[in-house]
Amino acid sequence: MNQMPALLSIITFTPLIGVILLLFMNKNNHSVLRGLAMVVTLITFLASLPLVTGFQSNAEFQFVEMVPWIAAGPFQMNYHVGIDGISLWLVILTTFIMPIAVLSTWTAVEEKVKEYMICLLLLEVGMLGAFISIDLFLFYIFWEVMLIPMYFIIGIWGGKRKVYAAVKFFIYTMVGSLLMLVALIYLYFKAGGGDFNLLNFYQLSLDPATQTWLFLAFALAFAIKVPMFPLHTWLPDAHTEAPTAGSVILAAILLKMGTYGFVRFAMPLFPDATAKFTPLIATLAVIGIIYAALVAMVQEDVKKLVAYSSVAHLGFVMLGVFALNQQGVAGGMLQMLNHGVSTGALFLIVGFIYERRHTRLITDFGGLSKQMPVFATIFMVVTLSSIGLPGTNGFVGEFLVLLGAFEGGLRWYAVIATSGVILSAVYMLWMFQRVMFGELNNPKNQTLKDLNAREIAIMAPLLVLIFFMGVYPTPFLNKMSPAIDRMIQLSTTKYAARLQQQVPAGLQQMAPMVTTPPAMEMK
Amino acid sequence: METLVMPAINFAAIMPETILSIVAMVLLLLNVFVPGEQKAYLGYLSLVGIVVAFFSVVSGWNAPLSLQEGFNGSVLQDNFSLFFKAIFLISSGLAVLISDHYMVKEECNHGELYPLILFATAGMMLMSSGTDMMTIFLGLEVLSVSLYVLAGFKRADTKSNEAGLKYFLLGAFSTGFLLYGMALTYGATGTTKIAGIAAAAAQDGTLSANPMFVVGMLLMATGFSFKVAAAPFHMWTPDVYEGAPTPMTAFMSAGPKAAGFAAFIRVLMVAMPVLAVDWSSLLWVLAVLTMTVGNVIALTQNNIKRMLAYSSIAHAGYCLVGFAAGNGEGTAGILFYMLSYAFMNIGAFAIIILVGKKGEPNNNVEDYAGFSVKHPVLAMVMALFLFSLAGIPPTAGFIGKFYLFSSALKAGYIWLVIIGVLNSAASCYYYLRVMVFMYMKDPVEEFDWMKLSPPVLLCIAISVVGVVVPGVVPSIILQLAQKAILL
Repeated sequence: MNQMPALLSIITFTPLIGVILLLFMNKNNHSVLRGLAMVVTLITFLASLPLVTGFQSNAEFQFVEMVPWIAAGPFQMNYHVGIDGISLWLVILTTFIMPIAVLSTWTAVEEKVKEYMICLLLLEVGMLGAFISIDLFLFYIFWEVMLIPMYFIIGIWGGKRKVYAAVKFFIYTMVGSLLMLVALIYLYFKAGGGDFNLLNFYQLSLDPATQTWLFLAFALAFAIKVPMFPLHTWLPDAHTEAPTAGSVILAAILLKMGTYGFVRFAMPLFPDATAKFTPLIATLAVIGIIYAALVAMVQEDVKKLVAYSSVAHLGFVMLGVFALNQQGVAGGMLQMLNHGVSTGALFLIVGFIYERRHTRLITDFGGLSKQMPVFATIFMVVTLSSIGLPGTNGFVGEFLVLLGAFEGGLRWYAVIATSGVILSAVYMLWMFQRVMFGELNNPKNQTLKDLNAREIAIMAPLLVLIFFMGVYPTPFLNKMSPAIDRMIQLSTTKYAARLQQQVPAGLQQMAPMVTTPPAMEMK
Repeated sequence: METLVMPAINFAAIMPETILSIVAMVLLLLNVFVPGEQKAYLGYLSLVGIVVAFFSVVSGWNAPLSLQEGFNGSVLQDNFSLFFKAIFLISSGLAVLISDHYMVKEECNHGELYPLILFATAGMMLMSSGTDMMTIFLGLEVLSVSLYVLAGFKRADTKSNEAGLKYFLLGAFSTGFLLYGMALTYGATGTTKIAGIAAAAAQDGTLSANPMFVVGMLLMATGFSFKVAAAPFHMWTPDVYEGAPTPMTAFMSAGPKAAGFAAFIRVLMVAMPVLAVDWSSLLWVLAVLTMTVGNVIALTQNNIKRMLAYSSIAHAGYCLVGFAAGNGEGTAGILFYMLSYAFMNIGAFAIIILVGKKGEPNNNVEDYAGFSVKHPVLAMVMALFLFSLAGIPPTAGFIGKFYLFSSALKAGYIWLVIIGVLNSAASCYYYLRVMVFMYMKDPVEEFDWMKLSPPVLLCIAISVVGVVVPGVVPSIILQLAQKAILL
């Protein structure tokens, strides 16, 4: 394979170079600061494109890099990164959304621009790092690193209740991830030392009781991040208070960390527990879909409405993923990308009107389509994509998810979840109608300007993707499917079957590094 | 007539202590001749002493046993004690760097400060390398007496006086416990030597059931718990930390706490492994209490010095988690954590010193409102220290906590670790609170008075390196810590 060496590291740490450059820039020269951040994120995006072209459609991790990092006492941590079909598109989604997020701050953020750009770029490092980590310890580090810039983005540039939202976001995530850390270390000792290589952990045969506890610890961390009902309460607060770029990144990428965590770690590592908890999680996912849709319907704040729609959409992802068949998981993965594109776009749209009117209350608007025709068109397309109209990206994902759930063991869940599709049409279209149609009777709205060139440029790539992914999702699915097959196979190979399997090659290679298994008795 | 046996005096084993004591005595003499406005030179001289002592510590690493042992087996300068000595020297060096600025500002710039710091450091060193309970006690007293004076160093300030007096009374009280425990242990085993106690316990199987021996252990554990500020023996900490001059608070939270752990570990792990089951469960309870009490009360603190005092109680609790594990990783974790803690805590206190001014200590969290606007770099550094205290990667605080908690997991203490991480999550709240004021509130007053004195900035810079480098590439220090635990 002709792969550029250290490509993943270059992509991940280019934003960090940007951070260092920004630190030495004059803080008053806003256009230079913005320009630099823009250039850095664009370079990162361009650098990530060879990942798509160079990616072989198989289940293996590719673009792998392995450098020993920490070796002390019983521990061996490596800088071990690589991507497979599951993480490939999430990496691309991240690098794709970032320039758009930076561009959206052009006129929205006038205070502490330098710090804002630093936070955005640091966040990108954390997100990319988490997606590419194969070493679980490294994953945990990046997972935590993401928290700090997001905390500051909400807390410094947020709305009225920014401090409350930021601290809530931080503590919620922290509780989950620290318990995950405990499970992670426990898993490490269970595996008998060696290192934190995910591929070795995949081969473990853990007894079902242990799996249950470890799964619960991992699942709690990821379920908070997704967020699944009833752990979702931090999300509407965080979204409502965060500045536009923060909301976009939060919705488009950070939430995907949770679902990605399930697909990558919680399910394949603990198959028995996955089977055991599938009914519970599917129930919570369906409750999330219906409940969030109902709550979204009565929201007065557009941004809060979009935030609750996120909870519903992520419910679909979870339902699809836990169907554990090719359609379901692929649909879930695709829905993750779709949600990134369409909800990201929705938050940008909310940002556009908020910048003009400094309000997000639905009652303050009405009849905007007369004043802002371009805006109305774009908003309509994004709304339809969010609802999942055929021809847009949303349809493919939701359809596959429901199909997968119906075909898999989750038939009745799929039936109930389908009503969520209708409900989403209700709240989205109703909101659209109240904001865009009707009488233009608020005098403040009569002088609104339509989108300018920069704003159209922000939305254009998203619109292209909405249609492209809606009409021709095959390239996305093709690259994913081998990795998904492997994930399904791992997640359904139960303890009993794993015991019978021979010691796989991966573990034999590790033999020289394996130390004596430590005693693990409960006290 | 019996021949007189000369005790095996080996100055190599107490070289760092000797250097510091000599420098301290010279400083005491010089102090008489140095006029008030030039007391800073005494600080520089003591820094020279600290650096020389540090080199002597480094050169003693992995030395042969003949050089390590001295005074008839009362002192053993092994790698374990050397690692601790490095921590003591670093914390006293950093404390000296921030002292002059503060003392001049508070107009209590008396020259005795520096010799007292050096004597305290020598005492800590003796505690860490003492292999006889008498040596440990001697070191503890040298340390404590110096600290009582340092806590009450602002003579004109009643809060400082209160701190000194309170520390003295409770310290004397706890010393009583410790001595009583030592006496009982001597009564049960007939020796004060650490190795002798272990040998006696190994020979006499009934000893582990002997109430005198067990009560001796418990009383000593109580005494040491006072010194490391473990709940429920922590009551003195907040008042003393709040009242003492800020540089001394920084010093006390880092050095003496580590010294307490050094002696605590040596006595329990080397002398009393036969009672491991007992002290392990005792430490389990102590750890849970200490973490929870420290964190819960810290949540409600408005005064940042008090907040850090309670947080230091919580941090002692994290170390007790590693101690309760009773394995090598736990001890190495304590070593690593104490080193990191010295950097992050003294670094945070250095910034507190910069923010305070004469008459207005600016110790409340609200006083930090808008700090990031006026001093973005200092605010960022403060945030770094706070994140490290909260245990967020990639900082030394995270690696330290990771190590401590994983050692306890390895020993099977799953619930202890879960209580620990939940505590750690709760602690984020009060560390974040400072950041909320620094970054997310508008400034209520200007920070114009702030004088950026070079030694304080140097201290902050060293602390930043000490927090970031072990956080990103911890291998070297972790390996050193691993080598230091072969007691």
